[in-house]
Amino acid sequence: MSEHEQKQESTMSRRRFIRNSGLVAGGLVGGGILGGLIGANMNKDGTATEENAHTNGHDQVTYQQSPLYFTNPETFGILQAAVERIYPKDENGPGANDLDVPFFIDHQLAGSWGNNTREYMQGPFFPGSNFQGYQSPLKRHEVFDVGLAALQTYSNEKFKKPFAELEGEQQDEILTAFEEDKVKLRGVTSRTFFNILRAATIEGVYADPAYAGNKNMEGWKMKDFPGHQMSYINQIESEKFVKIKPNSLHSYTK
Amino acid sequence: MAKTLPKTDAVIVGVGWAGGIIAAELGKQGLKVVGLERGKERGVKDYYVVHDELRYGIRYELMQDLSKETITFRNHGKERALPMRQLGSFLLGEGLGGSGVHWNGHTFRFLPYDFEIKSQTVKKYGESKIKGLQIQDWGITYDELEPYFYEFEKDAGIGGEEGELGPKRADPFPNPPMKETPITARFKKAAKSLGMKPYQMPSGNMSEAYENQYGAKLAPCQYCAFCERFGCEYGAKADPTVAVIPFAKETGNVDIRNFANVTEIIHDGKKATGVRYVDVQTKEEFIQPAEMVILTSYVMNNTRLLLTSKLGRPYNPDTGTGVIGKNYCYQILPGSAGFFDEEQFNTFMGAGALGATVDDYNGDNFDHSDLDFIHGGSISINQSGYRPIQYNMVPADTPKWGSKFKENSIKYFTRALSIGTQGASMPVKHNFMDLDPSYKDAYGLPLLRLTYDFTEQDKNLYNYIGKITGNIMKEMGPSKINDRQQLEHYDIVPYQTTHNTGGVIMGAEPETSAVNNYLQMWDAENVFVVGASAFPHNGGYNPTGTVGALAYRAAEGIIKYSKEGGLLA
Repeated sequence: MSEHEQKQESTMSRRRFIRNSGLVAGGLVGGGILGGLIGANMNKDGTATEENAHTNGHDQVTYQQSPLYFTNPETFGILQAAVERIYPKDENGPGANDLDVPFFIDHQLAGSWGNNTREYMQGPFFPGSNFQGYQSPLKRHEVFDVGLAALQTYSNEKFKKPFAELEGEQQDEILTAFEEDKVKLRGVTSRTFFNILRAATIEGVYADPAYAGNKNMEGWKMKDFPGHQMSYINQIESEKFVKIKPNSLHSYTK
Repeated sequence: MAKTLPKTDAVIVGVGWAGGIIAAELGKQGLKVVGLERGKERGVKDYYVVHDELRYGIRYELMQDLSKETITFRNHGKERALPMRQLGSFLLGEGLGGSGVHWNGHTFRFLPYDFEIKSQTVKKYGESKIKGLQIQDWGITYDELEPYFYEFEKDAGIGGEEGELGPKRADPFPNPPMKETPITARFKKAAKSLGMKPYQMPSGNMSEAYENQYGAKLAPCQYCAFCERFGCEYGAKADPTVAVIPFAKETGNVDIRNFANVTEIIHDGKKATGVRYVDVQTKEEFIQPAEMVILTSYVMNNTRLLLTSKLGRPYNPDTGTGVIGKNYCYQILPGSAGFFDEEQFNTFMGAGALGATVDDYNGDNFDHSDLDFIHGGSISINQSGYRPIQYNMVPADTPKWGSKFKENSIKYFTRALSIGTQGASMPVKHNFMDLDPSYKDAYGLPLLRLTYDFTEQDKNLYNYIGKITGNIMKEMGPSKINDRQQLEHYDIVPYQTTHNTGGVIMGAEPETSAVNNYLQMWDAENVFVVGASAFPHNGGYNPTGTVGALAYRAAEGIIKYSKEGGLLA
């Protein structure tokens, strides 16, 4: 196991701990003593330490791994569970959580995209036909609030358990019901919520690591996509497939 | 209270390709020009960290801010139109250079058939062939427009090779074609073996270092694959901010004002006297008096500004009378995706207009006697470079998420190729643009309302050409091919193409057209309306080459009008 893989493994162990320990689901975190959102930086004893914070493989603290939108560990846990089903860890490589997709989505929801600042949000609002596009009065961060809460409610009703504690197949069953628009939400359709969640997950897997997802460019590596390269003029005619070490936006400034 | 500014010879509304070209040509002749551009100033220097798919390709950094202004849309006249709240089907531009900054650079000339589509179709197939289609001749022939096409190609440094079935050229392309790659070669071999005549797509990405007629120096394209939706950090793409706007400024006669959003053409019913605009940052209002008013914004805004300013005769879809808003057209896009299990291609390398094309099924290059549609489209493979968020091509039976989706989207990122078509779009009576009765923009003006759906002509063209793209793909030897989806109702959500046309169409008669063949308004002789808004239908190629030619034609007309006055045609 390489050093890098070891680090990923230990990250996962912490995450599993949080999930299995019931800290998130059981509400023990609720008191504010720990202060942390999801315990991403926590040791088994529940203390947050900088030394044990996630690293990016270069022995630096990955400061992006901090929530800027979500304020509630239970909600963040639902998001973590859902994105992992959309883009799971498997024999093809890391999944959405290994790639820090939940942090990517969190940061996007805190900014312009989450607040629909460059979109037409004036009323009146009508549902519209299937061909007229997004017509919800809710901003995306509100869609996530409503949608993630609904995943939990649906899970508790159907399986008597929080969404994050379900088996994968059960989580898929719920996500499929949302995708097929079988769940009634307030102010937005469950299909719209699912479609935004799916799109945001894929964005988090493959956007430049500057946005906090696609950790260590591992998303790109799976696709043999070399990220930002200045030129392919010397390779464009090549008959052979060319493997190139990926580069991120960070290389512009380092 | 609006501040009235000193009068100028010409005021230009929107500074992209058409506005840039006209500003340069007028400035060169000594005419005083004010260019009003609602977006910011920008250029090569601003693309320092441009290889960012999320920011530019997915979040649309260079596109229009819809919170200020959008359109409303419905499929038919009985429906309530609703705002296009997010960008999707097409990507409206904003800022200096307009969409000329973030286009791919496919630069064709429309066919001779396009300009005389009605007379040629009726002559060959009879009147019944065009039943239900509101097509008309353009009031100019290809031969008359040929020199203007060349002028634009020189401006934009277009590289290419003449296709056997394309329009005849008086001069060779200013630049050689783009490089051949395994992907373009594979397409050509397949097309040839089916008896077609493929050629390298004409490109606005520089195949070599180039200097144009304005002294602009363009660098060779690096095939970096961040082209459409991005600005070019090398100045290697034909972009008005590189190719023509610097020259316009150097004439000393052109004053370009950014953040200037025009809200009204001021007129007395016969002639315009100037425009009103608002500084979108300070919110100050200005009146810019001018001898001539030239609209060079996008299709939608050329149409909307005339309608909100009550200039010209609005189109009425019930009676078919009036012209402003008439003949909105789009493009029909049949294509085929092939999946190559045993091969891996450098799909992530490319250039916007790197590709190969066949014209065998475009225009009237094939016999339509037994077909239930007219026209056709150019069929191409385009290696513009896959990017990982946008390109997740998977075989049709793949789920949309989960492990199997992950596996296939990873595997086929470098193992899937697609063939596409720029299919012609024919106008019908009930596809049109007018003003929305309820939704407003940030300045309180009504939004433009688009009423559009695909027609039987569109579906028949789509199905026929789709079989051809499938045949070519099959000949390329993939492991599997995705079945084409049916063309049903037009949907404003998935990206299709930013080739919208019509609304202020050109022609030989004032009854059926808004502008003459100099793009001069029949109803207001000192107003010129330039762009794809002038297309009476949309052809089977990307439109920019033809827009560029019309811009040079209009520039000549405007200069002539400034000396002689009167209607030019």
